[in-house]
Amino acid sequence: MWAEFIRRAIMQGIPLLFGSTGEIITEKSGNLNLGIPGIMYVGGIGGVIGAFLYEQNTTELNPFLAVFIPLLCSILCSLIMGLIYCFLTVSLRANQNVTGLAMTTFGVGIGNFFGGSLVKLAGSDVPSINLTATSSYFRTSLPFAEDLGWFGQIFLSHSFLAYLAIITAIVASFVLTKTRTGLNLRAVGENPATADAAGIRVEKYKYLATCIGSIIAGLGGLYYVMDYANGVWSNDGFGDRGWLAIALVIFAIWRPNLSILGSILFGGLYIVHNYIPNLDVSGQELFKMLPYVVTILFLVITSIGKKRNAQPPASLGLPYFREDR
Amino acid sequence: MQASQNNEVYAIRLEGISKRFGNKIANDNVDLNVKHGQILAILGENGSGKTTLMNVIAGIYFPDHGKIFVDGKEVVMKSPKEAIKYGIGMIHQHFKLVDVFSAAENIMLGLEEKEKYSIKRCEKRVSEIANQYGFEIDPSRKIYEMSVSEKQTVEIIKVLYRNANILILDEPTAVLAPQETEKLFDVLRKMRDDGKAIIIITHKLHEVLSLSDQVAVLCKGKYIGTVNTAETNEAKLTEMMVGKKVTLNIDRPEPINRKPRLELSHVSCVNREGTKILNDVSFTAYSGEILGIAGIAGSGQRELLESIAGLQKPEGEILYIDPETGKTEDLRSKTPMQIREKGISLSFIPEDRLGMGLVGNMDIVDNVMLRSYRKGRPFLLDRNNPKKLAEKIIEDLEVVTPGVSTPIRSLSGGNVQKVLVGREIASAPTVLMSAYPVRGLDINSSYMIYHLLNKQKENGCAVIYVGEDLDVLLALADRILVICAGSVSGIFDARTTTKEEIGLKMIQNKHQRGSDANG
Repeated sequence: MWAEFIRRAIMQGIPLLFGSTGEIITEKSGNLNLGIPGIMYVGGIGGVIGAFLYEQNTTELNPFLAVFIPLLCSILCSLIMGLIYCFLTVSLRANQNVTGLAMTTFGVGIGNFFGGSLVKLAGSDVPSINLTATSSYFRTSLPFAEDLGWFGQIFLSHSFLAYLAIITAIVASFVLTKTRTGLNLRAVGENPATADAAGIRVEKYKYLATCIGSIIAGLGGLYYVMDYANGVWSNDGFGDRGWLAIALVIFAIWRPNLSILGSILFGGLYIVHNYIPNLDVSGQELFKMLPYVVTILFLVITSIGKKRNAQPPASLGLPYFREDR
Repeated sequence: MQASQNNEVYAIRLEGISKRFGNKIANDNVDLNVKHGQILAILGENGSGKTTLMNVIAGIYFPDHGKIFVDGKEVVMKSPKEAIKYGIGMIHQHFKLVDVFSAAENIMLGLEEKEKYSIKRCEKRVSEIANQYGFEIDPSRKIYEMSVSEKQTVEIIKVLYRNANILILDEPTAVLAPQETEKLFDVLRKMRDDGKAIIIITHKLHEVLSLSDQVAVLCKGKYIGTVNTAETNEAKLTEMMVGKKVTLNIDRPEPINRKPRLELSHVSCVNREGTKILNDVSFTAYSGEILGIAGIAGSGQRELLESIAGLQKPEGEILYIDPETGKTEDLRSKTPMQIREKGISLSFIPEDRLGMGLVGNMDIVDNVMLRSYRKGRPFLLDRNNPKKLAEKIIEDLEVVTPGVSTPIRSLSGGNVQKVLVGREIASAPTVLMSAYPVRGLDINSSYMIYHLLNKQKENGCAVIYVGEDLDVLLALADRILVICAGSVSGIFDARTTTKEEIGLKMIQNKHQRGSDANG
């Protein structure tokens, strides 16, 4: 049973991992994108729209296309969200907090609108869309995982998106700490005036980091629908995972590699109430609080410690304009 | 074209550069030449457009008009990156360094090398450059652990690492102790002999005379002229700079009715990191005199003033002696509000003008009101009296501003300081503390501040003046207290002491300070 618990924790953690990796890359450029919950939501509905249209217009699903179309739609939708955010905050220098919160409201709204429309198009009795066929392709895992006992269950039973999340986090970590691009990106988030004077194109880095971050975060939404929810989209089903992803950024002290462990921990805390016997509803809600409590405690601890390398990028949330005096 | 006619190629040649910000003309038709193997000093009052001009050369600002020639060829630089390509490197007044990066990481920033990214190789080259010019630096140390002069070293190496042949330094000595300045000048001379062209901005005339080959003077954005340093002197330069002759002598009236006003005994103070910033400081400040405080930046001057003003929690005793009743009051661990409620008029002009002194986004009236908002009707604010006071400050201190309702942030540094000083002396203080009140101010504004401090002194106020220019301290103060690593290393009569004596006391405990900082 504990192997199953860990497996479920990982599955619960993967959307958070996508979200936090995306947000870390974004924040390293100095953009505090509070639109991540909305972007993840849009990434999810984007995949749903793609899959729905493909399932409706073909009789026999091609396995490659069944995965590729939703993936592409999800990426495009998140990218558009990222571009809107960048245009507002980087080009027009709008307030990042306000823009981010607006993006979340907008993203959830647009997701629910299309979710509702698709339900109507499908003529379904229940307020949800069922994409089991597409989902089964997404959930394809290694065939021999079942035979390897707990090891296979924990480590090998996942779908390709889960492994992609972990690889993305590792690659992001490597790029941030071990490459010239990463150095330049971190400098943009710490001190854009310095980066600018060093000949780094601040706007380009902010745009690229934020858009790539949005795409990665959007994949978290896609994973949630196609893998975790078995291809069933229902409005507002995504819950508060977007905010949890942002909390995870702080918990991982802006390091994607720590985010991998953090996401599993958060995932575990998120579902632990299911594994505690004789829990009533209010008790369950208390347990669901745990990831947030952990984040707050962690914030308290890191703030007391005052370690310089556990702090957010110094210019996080601030606009940059070269000729500002 | 002209370069070839003169048969010599200038490293940098500017022709008719103009740059404006909104309605404000920062540079108006400026010409400038500098050759390789030459140090050019740029001199000018505050707001004369020196920094703007340098930013134009460094590609940070794009000029509205004019041409830039590098090594005889006309260039168009749209970004700092292109300036770097032409071998132009700028060391900014406010360092452009990322605090959480190491020196080597900062130096590598933005580089586009063909070779593989390697911090190790960068660190090795940094050490090579450091050895060549006689710097001391640990390339793997983080910037936030470094002192100001170390940070400056990183900035200079960063520029050299990019093979810059033209170096621009914006007020590099403003933050350095005299000994550190000398060291920097030695390095700059070595670079000049290496064939590099160096442009240096400074306010300090003696530095201009001791270092540069030529001096270019700007005044109110206009180019006045260039002279050979060997053929000029302080008086001539000052005349070019301000347009009219300014007496270089600062008045120093004799103290009258000198009585103890503030007695500090055994004051110690610990900062947030737990390092001892003030160590057993004892002295007395008298009414009717200016007590100068000299010391290397960061020796505890700030904490000393803040302790008196009620912004720190020091140990020891800070006694205030009331001029009328003679009653004493311990100011220690009282808040500024409690001190004011005791009827003690304490004025504090902090070094961080826009951070601690004034609110940048508020206008002059609102800033003046910060001192008096508790007066007036119980619920609504009284804006009339502060407005009158603001108008009086603008008139008396010649503040250049479009009006009383202009946000402070959009005024130039000198005018911001005038507003702050004007507000503080308006409350008729009995103790006036000022930290670097003329930092970044031009000569005219500086003299106005000196004059205002002298006036307070004549009014029987105990004036404490923390300064960095020893010449000014020696000419303005009655006594000079030298602080070194948080301890008082000596108190001197400013009329009889020498610059050397004070300079020596400033670094007396320097070795000990270094080990404290590391521990």
